[in-house]
Amino acid sequence: MNRIASAFNHGKAFIAFITCGDPDLETTAACVRAAVKGGADLIELGIPFSDPTAEGPVIQSANERALKGGVTTDQIFGLVGELRKDVTVPMVFMTYANVVYSYGIERFCDRCAEVGVDGMILPDVPYEEKEEFAPACRARGLSFISLIAPTSAHRVAMIAGEAEGFLYIVSSMGVTGVRSEITTDIGGMVKLVRENTSIPCAVGFGISTPAQAKKMAGLSDGAIVGSAIVRLIAEHGKDAPEYVYAYVQSMKEGMGA
Amino acid sequence: MTNPNGRFGVHGGQYIPETLMNAVIELEAAYNAAKADPTFQAALTELFNEYAGRPSRLYFAKRMTADLGGAKIYLKREDLNHTGAHKINNVLGQALLARRMGKTRLIAETGAGQHGVATATAAALLGMQCVVYMGVEDTIRQALNVYRMRLLGAEVIPVETGTGTLKDAVSAAMREWTNRIADTHYCLGSVMGPHPFPTIVRDFQAVISREIKAQLMEKEGRLPDAVLACVGGGSNAIGAFYHFIEDRSVRLIGCEAAGRGVDTFETAATIATGRLGIFHGMKSYFCQDEYGQIAPVYSISAGLDYPGIGPEHAWLHDTGRAEYVPVTDDEAVNAFEYLSRMEGIIPAIESAHAVAHAMKLAPTMGKDQIMVINISGRGDKDCAAIARYRGENISE
Repeated sequence: MNRIASAFNHGKAFIAFITCGDPDLETTAACVRAAVKGGADLIELGIPFSDPTAEGPVIQSANERALKGGVTTDQIFGLVGELRKDVTVPMVFMTYANVVYSYGIERFCDRCAEVGVDGMILPDVPYEEKEEFAPACRARGLSFISLIAPTSAHRVAMIAGEAEGFLYIVSSMGVTGVRSEITTDIGGMVKLVRENTSIPCAVGFGISTPAQAKKMAGLSDGAIVGSAIVRLIAEHGKDAPEYVYAYVQSMKEGMGA
Repeated sequence: MTNPNGRFGVHGGQYIPETLMNAVIELEAAYNAAKADPTFQAALTELFNEYAGRPSRLYFAKRMTADLGGAKIYLKREDLNHTGAHKINNVLGQALLARRMGKTRLIAETGAGQHGVATATAAALLGMQCVVYMGVEDTIRQALNVYRMRLLGAEVIPVETGTGTLKDAVSAAMREWTNRIADTHYCLGSVMGPHPFPTIVRDFQAVISREIKAQLMEKEGRLPDAVLACVGGGSNAIGAFYHFIEDRSVRLIGCEAAGRGVDTFETAATIATGRLGIFHGMKSYFCQDEYGQIAPVYSISAGLDYPGIGPEHAWLHDTGRAEYVPVTDDEAVNAFEYLSRMEGIIPAIESAHAVAHAMKLAPTMGKDQIMVINISGRGDKDCAAIARYRGENISE
């Protein structure tokens, strides 16, 4: 069993997103370890991009801060290599097509495999364009993770049928960010997914409270939280790890309760 | 020219969030149906002619021709269109298409403000809501256009992220579209973004080269030897080139904004300084750093201040069918002043980039040769900024 599958092997998965290099790579490393200690089952590592068109203001600002700090893709590979010495949960990259494309898709995937990254999520690469990236991932045992959205409708079967790793269910219209309520029929989307694949699915976009996480994970196999964690890091800077730990723990407990 | 996946060679494609995929698929189907529908085409032609003032004139620039002493120079007067630029061609087409799709709201990005003004105009004409995203820097350098959009009933949202220019306005409009698709059409202003936008916008702008060809045939009985146009995303240029692409004897020359020069970081010349990448829904050439971060580009012209170029231009460059040349701020400002004094025509600073290259090229051509310059817009909007560039502090 690969690492991603094992993340969904013991109850509902909690997936934490962290932007690499915000405010610096040492803090990112400490936050990842804090999230894992708090109970995170899978870590999404954001490689910052200058123009993150799928992100709301919180993660946009984190991308800007990280790039202003000078973080590069190569340094982030170094970070993952360091983390892999003690972190056993799966880690996937979340970034934009151009970051991977400009690095060289094959070369990028080589580095992922070397340092122990398990997959990648590229929000600007839909089903129609994924064959440019997915084969290079597959050849190295990396999962190219697909997303489905509230507007996917009849596309769900097609996307789920070729999904790898886990399926990322986008809870709401719009960009990433905290929402007071999620009105999409997640249960209906998950039902369609289940009819077409046996791989797990997790819900993201807009989740920040334990109650939301419990509800969304209850409808699927897990909850993905990004902006709420990134906001803690923005508020507390280098002191963020202890807050990330406490937050992830509360979310994980809330989901189990 | 375009394959079913919206590719121009390796360029183009649909690199967008899943949330938008059904929207672009529906748009493509609706556009193909409209394109084949004579009622739609007739309605568009009527708006072009009766509302926008088409066909625009092809004017023989006699004094400029004599002064430069080479090729015979014709100016395609897109500046004479309603709202003062070529942008209206695309916007009328897309607004009619949006209405046909049952959409009641248009959103748009704008750089210089010309596309925003055109979209606000079409929205007013068709009784639609309109929201325009504009980089905060551009709202300052093109303040008059901000007021025009508001006067026309549009809401203008200054975009403060990133460099506060055109690329950030595109990103903001894309984000807003993922948020609200059901009643909203994203009226993209250039031959860029995900398929089918580069094809739709090109088709609506192709009226420019269709007219040039017919008008020149009437005046001279032959094809031009060269067609020049400025290129940011590239909509006026593709419009001016399109019907000449198969006529191999016609040189097609796109004039990019070099800003302070292609050997500086303060440039927006994508073909000269960019490399292949994926951004804003398309594969094409982009100004970017070694890790694929999009570069903060610069040009005096807000309308050309974009780090990418439309995929069909990238392909015309790859195949060698069109040439792309950089033109600096200084050269463009000189051309802006030159055309004003020589022909009594104040061109947009964007269009002045094409005039500037024409001033270099025309003297090298024979007197029996013909050059057409696409004057994509009028320059009233630029007067205050050019005055400031020359050290005169006037307010508009």
